[in-house]
Amino acid sequence: MPPEPATQAAFRAAIFDGAPPVDVTAPDPSEAARRFAVYRNNVVHSLIEALRRRFPVVERLVGPDFATAMFGAFVRVHPPRSPLMMEYGDRMPAFLETFPPVASLPYLADVGRLELARGAAYHAADADPLDPTALAEAANRAPEDLRLRLHPSVHVLSSPHPFHSIWAMNQPGATPHALAGLGTESALVARSGLTLLTARLTAPAAAFLTALVEGASLAEAGFAAGPDFDPAEDLARLIGAGLIVGAD
Amino acid sequence: MRPTRLPPSFGLGFKREHFADIATSKPELGFFEVHAENYMGAGGEPHAQLEALRRDYALSIHGVGLSIGGSDALDANHLARLKTLCDRYQPESFSEHLAWSSHGGEYLNDLLPLPYTDATLAAIVSHIDEVQHALGRRMLLENPSTYVAFESSTWSETDFLREITRRTGCGLLLDVNNVFVSSTNQRTSPLDYLREFPLDAVGELHLGGHDAEELPSGPLLIDSHGAPVADPVWALYGALVACTGPLPTLIEWDNDVPPFPELLAEARRAAALVDRIETREAEASAAEVAFFAA
Repeated sequence: MPPEPATQAAFRAAIFDGAPPVDVTAPDPSEAARRFAVYRNNVVHSLIEALRRRFPVVERLVGPDFATAMFGAFVRVHPPRSPLMMEYGDRMPAFLETFPPVASLPYLADVGRLELARGAAYHAADADPLDPTALAEAANRAPEDLRLRLHPSVHVLSSPHPFHSIWAMNQPGATPHALAGLGTESALVARSGLTLLTARLTAPAAAFLTALVEGASLAEAGFAAGPDFDPAEDLARLIGAGLIVGAD
Repeated sequence: MRPTRLPPSFGLGFKREHFADIATSKPELGFFEVHAENYMGAGGEPHAQLEALRRDYALSIHGVGLSIGGSDALDANHLARLKTLCDRYQPESFSEHLAWSSHGGEYLNDLLPLPYTDATLAAIVSHIDEVQHALGRRMLLENPSTYVAFESSTWSETDFLREITRRTGCGLLLDVNNVFVSSTNQRTSPLDYLREFPLDAVGELHLGGHDAEELPSGPLLIDSHGAPVADPVWALYGALVACTGPLPTLIEWDNDVPPFPELLAEARRAAALVDRIETREAEASAAEVAFFAA
């Protein structure tokens, strides 16, 4: 009689910890563990590679060897819950905030959030920009009666750390340099057509755009940005990038 | 069910970094293949590229995440995403793997092996019925690369696949590299495997590269999709198509992907091999042809 088949629960447990389940064999049974290790390597290596692709700047900031260990630790704590690798790693920023070996890099989690936003913007739904006629019509309406709909790819992020500057100086071809200040920063991530945008925002502009994303009227968004904020320049940039897709 | 098939020609796995090369040169190719899961986002560049590619080429959508060999129920959300994708792009072929990758809500991102028993057969048949019903089309199931075996298996892989096709009506995707990798690893003959394979059900062939390690008992080959097709796999392919005639054939290269011209050269090499066989100049594989015909 053949033995009871190994359950997939036992196989899964053995992938992460320990010896292959009974039932797993090989032409030379003494090699079963060595052969089973191919699956373990494939699972862990492919998931670490998926995280590298999603967090290239986080990887660069800690170095490739450290990143392999750090992403490997993440894989064990948070294995994927979906076959969509484009979504894998959403819990990375929260993980980094509590991962003791990177406690000395307090900005790392927010750099991770910026990279997550870029991934989300890359895959976000398409939406056509509002045409000039509709824009002109909207411009004639009272700000308290106008709600602008922004492109689904628009993300506004803010951090107590200079996360955008750190991200920008760690792009391919850029040279990291000492930062003049270590204050808060805000950034806009969006997709203009098929091109990803990652732009630094002033704090009032970030408040203005956040309010618009949350469905505020133009008047309410202006109020959120503060008394000295003139939205004209930011609105012109949004229009230029095709990021205003509706007016209600 | 919708009658769909790929042309009996040569295809390449599509990579986003090759899009500009393809769009400008419009190479003569039978089809492109994409991994379903890379096109399950809402919009943006992936869909823009796939829409453009679809206008010029036949399309194979190849799933890697459905876990058809899983002991759990199929992921209904994932099946719905596959249906949305197939409805949108109307591919000539949809294929998945004889393997599992999800368990208990976790996804392990690899094609994991299973014992071939009456119970696993029944579960897979039920999953394939569910997929074909949901998608409204016949699917192809791919033979795996394996590194271990299971003492509990009571079916050979080829008999197992034949029985799956008989019970579900699905077709098969015969990965010739996987045949060579698995047969080498199981210390069996790849030609015997092909002779026992239900070739009538084959709707597509895969060719790809593998890595090798050395164990005390001999080589352990690992399916890497990161290297040129190995010579013994070309020989096996030549022997196979000499027996079956031309079949839709994909060059798979997913890791350390070379520039597009190099990938195209692999497809041209496959085409040249088939041309030689068709014009009866395939001296190198004549012995194997005779072996098949026997």
